[in-house]
Amino acid sequence: MAADSYDDVAKNKESIPELEVAPQDLYHAKSFWTKYIFCQDAKVIGIQYALTAAAIGMVGLVSSWLMRMQIAFPGVIPMDAAAYYQLVTMHGMIMVVYFLTALFLGGFGNFLIPLMVGARDMVFPYVNMVSYWVFFIAVLILGASYFVPGGPTGAGWTLYPPQAITSGTPGGDGLGIVLMLVSLAVFVIGFTMGGLNYVITILQARTRGMTLMRMPLTIWGILTATVLALFAFPALFVAGIMMTLDNMLGTSFFMPAIVQFGERLTYDGGSPILFQHLFWFFGHPEVYIVALPAFGIVSDLISVHARKNIFGYRMMVWAIVIIGALSFIVWAHHMYVAGMNPWFGFFFATTTLIIAVPTAIKVYNWVLTLWRGNIKLTIPMLFSIAFIITFVNGGLTGLFLGNVAVDVPLSDTYFVVAHFHMVMGIAPVLVILGSIYHWFPLITGRFLNERLGRIHFWVTFIGSYSIYFPMHYLGFMGVTRRYFEVFEGDNFTYSITGINQFITVAALITGAAQFLFFYNIIVSSKFGKKAGKNPWKACSLEWQTPDVPPTHGNFGKELPVVYRWPYDFSVPGADEDYITQDTPPSAVANAKAEQT
Amino acid sequence: MIVALLVLLVTLGSVAFHLWSPWWWSEIASNWVGMDNTILLSFWITGAVFVAIGLFTAYCIWKYKYNKNRRADYEPENSKLEWFLTIITSIGVIALLAPGLIVWNNFVTVPKGAYEIEVVGQQWAWMYRLPGKDGVLGTTDIKNIDDDNIFGMNTDDPYGLDDILIDADDLHLLKDQAVKLNLRALDVLHDFYVPQFRAKMDMVPGMITYYWFTPIRTGEFEILCAEYCGTGHYAMLGYVIVDEQEDYDEWLSEQMTFEEIMASNGKSDLIKLALNKKNDL
Repeated sequence: MAADSYDDVAKNKESIPELEVAPQDLYHAKSFWTKYIFCQDAKVIGIQYALTAAAIGMVGLVSSWLMRMQIAFPGVIPMDAAAYYQLVTMHGMIMVVYFLTALFLGGFGNFLIPLMVGARDMVFPYVNMVSYWVFFIAVLILGASYFVPGGPTGAGWTLYPPQAITSGTPGGDGLGIVLMLVSLAVFVIGFTMGGLNYVITILQARTRGMTLMRMPLTIWGILTATVLALFAFPALFVAGIMMTLDNMLGTSFFMPAIVQFGERLTYDGGSPILFQHLFWFFGHPEVYIVALPAFGIVSDLISVHARKNIFGYRMMVWAIVIIGALSFIVWAHHMYVAGMNPWFGFFFATTTLIIAVPTAIKVYNWVLTLWRGNIKLTIPMLFSIAFIITFVNGGLTGLFLGNVAVDVPLSDTYFVVAHFHMVMGIAPVLVILGSIYHWFPLITGRFLNERLGRIHFWVTFIGSYSIYFPMHYLGFMGVTRRYFEVFEGDNFTYSITGINQFITVAALITGAAQFLFFYNIIVSSKFGKKAGKNPWKACSLEWQTPDVPPTHGNFGKELPVVYRWPYDFSVPGADEDYITQDTPPSAVANAKAEQT
Repeated sequence: MIVALLVLLVTLGSVAFHLWSPWWWSEIASNWVGMDNTILLSFWITGAVFVAIGLFTAYCIWKYKYNKNRRADYEPENSKLEWFLTIITSIGVIALLAPGLIVWNNFVTVPKGAYEIEVVGQQWAWMYRLPGKDGVLGTTDIKNIDDDNIFGMNTDDPYGLDDILIDADDLHLLKDQAVKLNLRALDVLHDFYVPQFRAKMDMVPGMITYYWFTPIRTGEFEILCAEYCGTGHYAMLGYVIVDEQEDYDEWLSEQMTFEEIMASNGKSDLIKLALNKKNDL
């Protein structure tokens, strides 16, 4: 809460709030198995999630390389149309669900939530452990689909019926699509266990003094994203189950009467558009499930490394909540030209463009945090700046696609591909990279290598911008997406061969830079420069643990007590340019803080 | 310094790329100039925001670089500034949305007297059906489809007899005549898209979707399927040829009606019901 006068609040808050729940002992691991494999420590689970997501993410990355080779240099890597569409599909699904969602919520969520809210662990550590292993099984099922006859599904990551479960699509008449749907269902089950944990831990297990309006924006982003996911994933779950029934038992939820290749199939009366509604009722919030944690995390990175409080904290919190709420009533902007009642266009265009307002406020506040800051150009800060530029670009092109009349010519072209990669691919990934550089010293006690990190930053930012910025213009020209053979359309105003080759080369280089990053992680975790305690001089609780890296139980004998918000940087009168959250007002009597 | 320069270069480079990019839309061939104009308007408004934020970010990075003898400003909130920015943004959003909705309203309001044509998509080819002399498209049902009746015409509907059936990927249209495309798919989703017409709409099995436009110049325009429809998606192409009246009539005279096709195949007995009803009309 903002206080009229900090002194008033400080007087009351100096008296520590009562403990509401007596301290409880955690289950302490006794063997290697319970310590590292079936582990109940959220920090270890977070790392397990992150490593698994990164591993399957590498499959997604290599898939994109192969796709780009086919687009720009067809024939160099031999593949047929079926293989190409399988790459497209698996790349999309892996990156959105198994990489980004799992990494942000499972990875960062698990590692940061207990540490940042001042808890010893998640409220249900055992369920948390099961959550990871269910996710792991989902990944295995997904991976298994590469090895079944016919290979994985090539239905596009949107899995639109009827084509997803008919024979004109790779994997459509085999096990490929079945395994994809089963894997998604298992993923949702695993996520629900983890998600309930995140929400309940944030709402119930905060330490004394950690009011909701004193939580770091990282936690606000993860909390809101998790709530969205808990509401959105069930739509995907039922859609997957219904499509499996259509496929295996011959029901007709999504399948109308069809004549395919001259043969009448047995389906009758279902609606393909019903699937699209269910899919995007999940799919649009999914964008924010990925974006909101990124919004939150980047706010914290910018604030710490600019040595300045985040500008307009309360507005930032409300923006996150409002964006999350609105994200449930905009889904059909993915379906403007899907054949639904055209009058829906008015409603969904209006709601969609309204989202631009809270989103723009977030951007303004990030930039205004830099303004009059004391900006340290550390690697996390570099990635944050790159995020701002990328996200602004991708967000603004969203105003094209959200505006229904403009979407008509641009839909299903490379403009869409460029837009969503910019806004929910590259932008969140830049935050992930920045935050790994930021929190690596907490996880391992060592810094990542600075020189390799700077090379990694420059190649990644310039490379990814070079991939996606020009791609918009192909979309303007009418180059349609998901074409196995990219040809010079009769009516294109200029050749697309050269630019496609440029994009592919940029993609290969940018991808290769990520392997340099993995190398950096492996080497630095052993040989990196020692970081010590709170190396960035941050205020939030995760840096105030007695041990670095924090041990099981996080905070040693006694949980910290929180007296202030996590952004007390450069407070006038204070000796240091930061005051940690657990510093009582009496310890910094000269500091003229205005906000708690 | 170098980072500020990077942000500056990315911002200005993007603008330069936009101004000098040779990849731009091809000349419009339909009445949907409004869509192009809304895009241009969007470019002006979003471009201004992009440049403003890029330049301001570059300025901040350059101006407020870390100095250990200096402290950052301490200003948690500034509601005046925040409200000002909120209102400005809202005005920008309204300026984009209002013209967009007007164009959309035109797009979904089919003018009276638009010539109705049916486009049929299937893996992986196009077919077309014109209403014939009576100006009415006969009814169809997917359950009627077989080798003799690839459109699934209802064999007891007399209005279908004079429908002109075109089992080919190319379609001719008459310049300056508003057309309403009734879109039908037999198997999976497809999307009838001609970049120069700007308009597109998915074709969904089990229902009929539509859109309308008026071709405003003659020429040959490539059709691209714009909704992923299986392994042959990229090869689902064709041409729309926009003709002046004379050429159009010549093309039309070469096409056959449903009745003629059935007669030439010796299958007239299959449409007996329709023929009987036609005599009663």
